[in-house]
Amino acid sequence: MSEKVGVYVCHCGTNIAGVVDVEEVSNWAGEQPNVVCSRDYKFMCSSLGQELIEEDIKEHGLTRIVVAACSPHMHEKTFRGATERGGLNPYLFEMANIREHNSWATTDKAAATHKAKALVNGAVERVVHHQPLEPIPVEINPATLVVGGGIAGISAALELADAGNHVYLVEREPSIGGHMAQLDKTFPTLDCSACILTPKMVDVEQHPNITLYSWSEVENISGYIGNFNVTVRKKARYVIEELCTGCGICEEKCPRKVVDEVFEAGLAQRKAIYTPFPQAVPKYPVLDPPNCTYFERGKCKACQILCPTGAIDFEQEDELLEFPVGNVILATGYDLFDSNRIPQYGYGHLANVFTSLEFERMVNASGPTDGKIVLRDGESVPQSVAIVHCVGSRDNNYHEYCSKVCCMYSLKFAHLVHERIPEAEVYNFYIDIRTPGKGYEEFYNRLLEEGTHFIRGRVADVTDAARLPGEEGKLIVQAEDTLIGKQRRIPVDMVILSAGMEARHDSQDVSLMFGMGCDFDGFFTERHPKLDPVATMTEGIFIAGACQGPKDIPDSVAQGAAAAARVAGLVNQETVMMEPVRASINKETCSGCRLCNDLCPYNAIVFHEDQKLSEVITALCQGCGTCVAACPSSAINGAHFTNEQVFSEIEGILWDVMEHQAVPA
Amino acid sequence: MSEQQFEPVIVGFLCNWCSYRAADLAGTSRTKYAPNMRAIRVMCSGRVDPQFVLKALREGADGVMIAGCHPGECHYVEGNIKALRRYVLLKRMLKQWGIEKERVQLVWASASEGNLLAEAVDRMTEEVRALGPLRWRQAVLGGNGHKPVETAEVEVEVEEV
Repeated sequence: MSEKVGVYVCHCGTNIAGVVDVEEVSNWAGEQPNVVCSRDYKFMCSSLGQELIEEDIKEHGLTRIVVAACSPHMHEKTFRGATERGGLNPYLFEMANIREHNSWATTDKAAATHKAKALVNGAVERVVHHQPLEPIPVEINPATLVVGGGIAGISAALELADAGNHVYLVEREPSIGGHMAQLDKTFPTLDCSACILTPKMVDVEQHPNITLYSWSEVENISGYIGNFNVTVRKKARYVIEELCTGCGICEEKCPRKVVDEVFEAGLAQRKAIYTPFPQAVPKYPVLDPPNCTYFERGKCKACQILCPTGAIDFEQEDELLEFPVGNVILATGYDLFDSNRIPQYGYGHLANVFTSLEFERMVNASGPTDGKIVLRDGESVPQSVAIVHCVGSRDNNYHEYCSKVCCMYSLKFAHLVHERIPEAEVYNFYIDIRTPGKGYEEFYNRLLEEGTHFIRGRVADVTDAARLPGEEGKLIVQAEDTLIGKQRRIPVDMVILSAGMEARHDSQDVSLMFGMGCDFDGFFTERHPKLDPVATMTEGIFIAGACQGPKDIPDSVAQGAAAAARVAGLVNQETVMMEPVRASINKETCSGCRLCNDLCPYNAIVFHEDQKLSEVITALCQGCGTCVAACPSSAINGAHFTNEQVFSEIEGILWDVMEHQAVPA
Repeated sequence: MSEQQFEPVIVGFLCNWCSYRAADLAGTSRTKYAPNMRAIRVMCSGRVDPQFVLKALREGADGVMIAGCHPGECHYVEGNIKALRRYVLLKRMLKQWGIEKERVQLVWASASEGNLLAEAVDRMTEEVRALGPLRWRQAVLGGNGHKPVETAEVEVEVEEV
């Protein structure tokens, strides 16, 4: 067997050529066995660079191509395309990563050039053993699952549904709307949050292409792009949705009051049967058994007795719904940082320290105080308010990252305090004011004019221990004002902690269930941080909104729409081509030991009892290769990562040490 | 490479989804680390057949790094756990052959942990440098009076162990 290999060493401007002696690598490669043509070129990924490959294939009759350039995650597709246009099977190509893994990782030119030779040689030895492969066509089910009914999920669902695709929207809470439904005003336009959100919520409810499952959670998902099978647990509402008119009599008549920790952030009470807020979608209430008198003592049933349509059903049980979808968009949102974790800020033991979400509910016209800003006693109007930025964010003890929205919502809070209590003094304690966004800096300037005090310094603590005259009965906020270089003690009536955003507490479990990654902070990992922010490493699973990282409303909406566009693209294609990196079992050598059967994480290997042989179901196989590594008979072939290919690559990259360590005769 | 200092050669088997991308990220972030690790891409650390490791050591590598996703984060559900189980068994075998445990290491690095992977490469390079060259091929195949054995035969020998 003699293959004709073409080697192309990319300069990538000076990205590679600045460190690696590309000319030497190219000349050296040209002397290696099987290599018939070796070149270096300024930008291999340019159309001229690609044409070089195409022409050489035709002119020199090349049968294999190696490009030494950047990571295959950048340009493998590009060069496979060039290989194919040259008339070769695209899988007869191999890439050597001499940029990310080499020229960018060292300044030692000699070592980098030497390593580049090793990597190129590994690719050359490997590519000789490549086999032509055909991509596997997969049909795409046009239905999509959207997980999470916050603004990102709503945007994604509406975009897809408007384009004529069916969407299943699954929401864990009784109503869609997410965090945005809790907010009063949105920065910087001061639009009423509910006024702009609720029409979209209604659109979701009424859209013929959207099936909404609220008070439901995804229990399980199996399958692969185009062909997922989803199991959703529809939790018992104890309300028959077909009969309920949403009149609200059950809620009104329910004698049991419970503190609403979720929607009202603990500031108000709800009933044991409730809709979280008046504009909730869907309108059906949810009964909360641990707090229901009937479930506790077997008596009451006030809601059932008084319901005009007989819609209350105490016997209702969770339902498991199963349906197929082609793609999934995860828009599971964020959790607010728990301010209890910073005890020196006094939340939880100093009454008039509020979290941002509590304040958000308080200033909301439909909130627990009808929009009045009052202290914890429910009456006193604060005359001075301190707003503490970066609570849990930009802090190595909690989260290193910036939560992105807190500066802007803190400015909004300051504005709302000025608006409602014109005589009040407002102090913003900040590290840096970050206002990157359309109209954001202008909003900051407006606040400066409104007379808000800005003190640059991280707050050390909030205390009620008065030390100086005028501090009695106040909360004292202590911080170093880094602009004047002095410690300051500011006595105030109310403190608001601008808590950051963090990943959902169960984001790890969710990422496991959907088979995609999340980072150390718990945010879902995108396929590429710059160029592919809504796709994940798993084909057919997309992410949108704050589950990917802290985000404000416009960014979440944009990402929701972007994820929807990606899915719509796949649905329109109807069929997508999958990488043919798949395992297959050689019937001749399979001993029928069944070792591989249990190893496969996708149950893609079946055992034929009659023939005593195992077989891989290609459509289910994801190509991880764990069975290939485990087969004691070496009967399983992992396409594109065969033993032969990897062994050859090992030999290739170790060419230098093999020579030095020749075995003594 | 300088004449005085021994530069170990380490073969890295990097998972396509996390560690390979971690190495990409390390490069993209211009994190500088030892140029001694030469990466081979595998789809999953679970694909790393112990034979790959033995092959690399036999062909002259001074060390082998297997890098995969953190436990619980595997792109293929649990391939990294399988890699871990194989690694534990492999280590026992290597010990019997007198190969120091620092020479074959299993590392977890997610796609966002470029610095972590770079640190691991630096650390391992220094550890292996301290141990000196392995020269397994010479020591095992040539040193005990046997004639060099053809590669294919050695593979069979390894499998029997």
